[in-house]
Amino acid sequence: MIRLNVLLASLLVICALGLVTSQHRGRKLFVDVEREQAQSRQLDIHWNQLQLEQSALATSSLIDAKARKGLSMQPAPPQRTLYLNLDTPTEKTAMGTAR
Amino acid sequence: MSRGLPFAANPLLDVRLPAYRSKLVMLMIALAFIALVARAVYLQVITNEFLQRQGEVRYGRTVELPASRGKMLDRNGIVLASSLPARAVWASPEDLRATPEQLAELARLLQMPPRELKRLVADEDKTFVYLKRQVEADVAVQVEELGIAGVHQRKEYKRYYPEGEALAHVVGFTNVEDVGQEGMELSQQPRLAGQPGSRRVLRDRLGRTVEDVGLIREPRDGRDLQLSIDTKIQYHAFAALRDAVVQNRAKAGAVVVLDVHTGEVLALANLPTYDPNDRDGLSGARLRNRVITDTFEPGSTLKPFAILVGLESGKYTPQTMVDTAPGYLTIGNRTIHDAHAHGALTVEQVLQKSSNIGTAKIALSMPAQRMWEMYAAAGFGQAPQIGFPGAVAGRLRPYKTWKPIEQATISYGHGISVSLIQLARAYTMFARNGDIVPISMTKANEDVPGVQVASPKAVAAVRKMLEMATGPGGTAPQAQVPGYRVAGKTGTAYKQEGGRYVKKYISSFVGFAPVSNPRLVVAVMIDEPSAGQYYGGTVAAPVFSRIVGDALRTLRVPPDAPLAGQMITAEPVPESM
Repeated sequence: MIRLNVLLASLLVICALGLVTSQHRGRKLFVDVEREQAQSRQLDIHWNQLQLEQSALATSSLIDAKARKGLSMQPAPPQRTLYLNLDTPTEKTAMGTAR
Repeated sequence: MSRGLPFAANPLLDVRLPAYRSKLVMLMIALAFIALVARAVYLQVITNEFLQRQGEVRYGRTVELPASRGKMLDRNGIVLASSLPARAVWASPEDLRATPEQLAELARLLQMPPRELKRLVADEDKTFVYLKRQVEADVAVQVEELGIAGVHQRKEYKRYYPEGEALAHVVGFTNVEDVGQEGMELSQQPRLAGQPGSRRVLRDRLGRTVEDVGLIREPRDGRDLQLSIDTKIQYHAFAALRDAVVQNRAKAGAVVVLDVHTGEVLALANLPTYDPNDRDGLSGARLRNRVITDTFEPGSTLKPFAILVGLESGKYTPQTMVDTAPGYLTIGNRTIHDAHAHGALTVEQVLQKSSNIGTAKIALSMPAQRMWEMYAAAGFGQAPQIGFPGAVAGRLRPYKTWKPIEQATISYGHGISVSLIQLARAYTMFARNGDIVPISMTKANEDVPGVQVASPKAVAAVRKMLEMATGPGGTAPQAQVPGYRVAGKTGTAYKQEGGRYVKKYISSFVGFAPVSNPRLVVAVMIDEPSAGQYYGGTVAAPVFSRIVGDALRTLRVPPDAPLAGQMITAEPVPESM
């Protein structure tokens, strides 16, 4: 009888200790999850910020102004553009009708 | 002490005590246990709820889970509007403890005059006053580092519009509470707005969150919205419009570019405009979206519809002669004029040369009902369904009230008012094969079926006339685009002020390109050009030409007009008509 009591008592102690450690571990993991979630939010914000910056730095008006003034570029008029027809059937090319 | 002394030898034990004393002790111990049990029951059962609540109050916190507003993107995924976290800096003047240097530094960080800041915090009875809202995150950190007692911060969002004034009227803007006020921000508010969530957590004494308790209400972020706008085309349209408004010293101007196949609005620009990022000193005139919320008497741009009615009736062919001599026509007690006397013209030439008399004569030989039906089918007199705030219907009076003079003036665009977007949409009928598509401000992923409103044959004839109008002998040779065949119609209309026509003009041009396989409809409107030129052909047509050229190149549409010696093709460019 006494032996059984001792056994049960020690089982109880072990269970109690287990409960304490697992609760502790649970809280620690919870804190980790929280931290990761905060980081994911932070990264999200950063991503938005970068996307916005990309848009702001690549607006057509900026590019246009830089190209015209900074690089002295000008739009290519169609008179100076060579248009290549992509739909040219390959057989015809083989026959030499396409240049 | 002495060890030898036997235990029982203690004289105290020999004392005989009354039995009630031990019973008393037993009773007291029993009572103590009963008290403990009662207390336990009291705590655990009776006041359990109250205590739990008190514990929660001390350690539980409701955490707001913020939801961000959806982004707005253009058709190619370029960000047009996006929210970033910002801070509202507020102060409690009652608790404010700051040295003058600290205040000066705070004023500098918040970019406000020190005197203004002092005025805000002067009233010590107040416990809450906003110093500045929507402070950018990095500035907010610096403010926090000042460590001034009584200055606090609250999380909020600030919205940024990278495209700025070029797209202001389409995108609109939000207020400081992140609620849409104008444009798509307003009309798509329910979709864009996020639903903030909340959760209950337990915090330990260090302020760390240790456990979730109770329900979590997940935040729902606003959904992104992809507009039909192409920022490149939008820029070309805006730049061309801006240059034209400056050059013609005009009061205002508006442009809209539609995709013929899908009815999507590829660009929509207005002048004067504003910067949605900096909305100080906004006036109604700058806010107004003239393309959608303003109507005007379109003038000659409406003539193709009257001609179309004539052709559809079978009474006219493009070659039927109409006598427009001697350059004026009296109907009832009113006389209408042409800019030049043309003599006898074919129907084709009536449109090419934009003869009011020719158009009026064709219109007067048609039943008013048939004309009204055509205008109604083209969308005039009904607000377009485009999901944009403030879209107007314009004015198209019921045909039963039309007098002959009105039927004549309506045929050349007076006595009827339309918005620029209605006009552009109506022209999709000519760019397509007589069917008209609904227009959309959001990206459509496939071609939409149109509603047939005119026969393809009559429409093809009008299309040819519209191309002639931009050719030699037409009213708008300046609408031509090198490399592309274009078609369109000019409009020059007197403005009405207080019910009378005054010597102020609205010059417009509506057209489409490339004619062999139309891709774009572009409508241009210049309000009160005052640098000498006021005809649609000289004011609005060059804007059309520039936008069409730039937009078609942006869309990589192959040229359909021959450029001698420049093309390398296996076959000649196909001509569908």
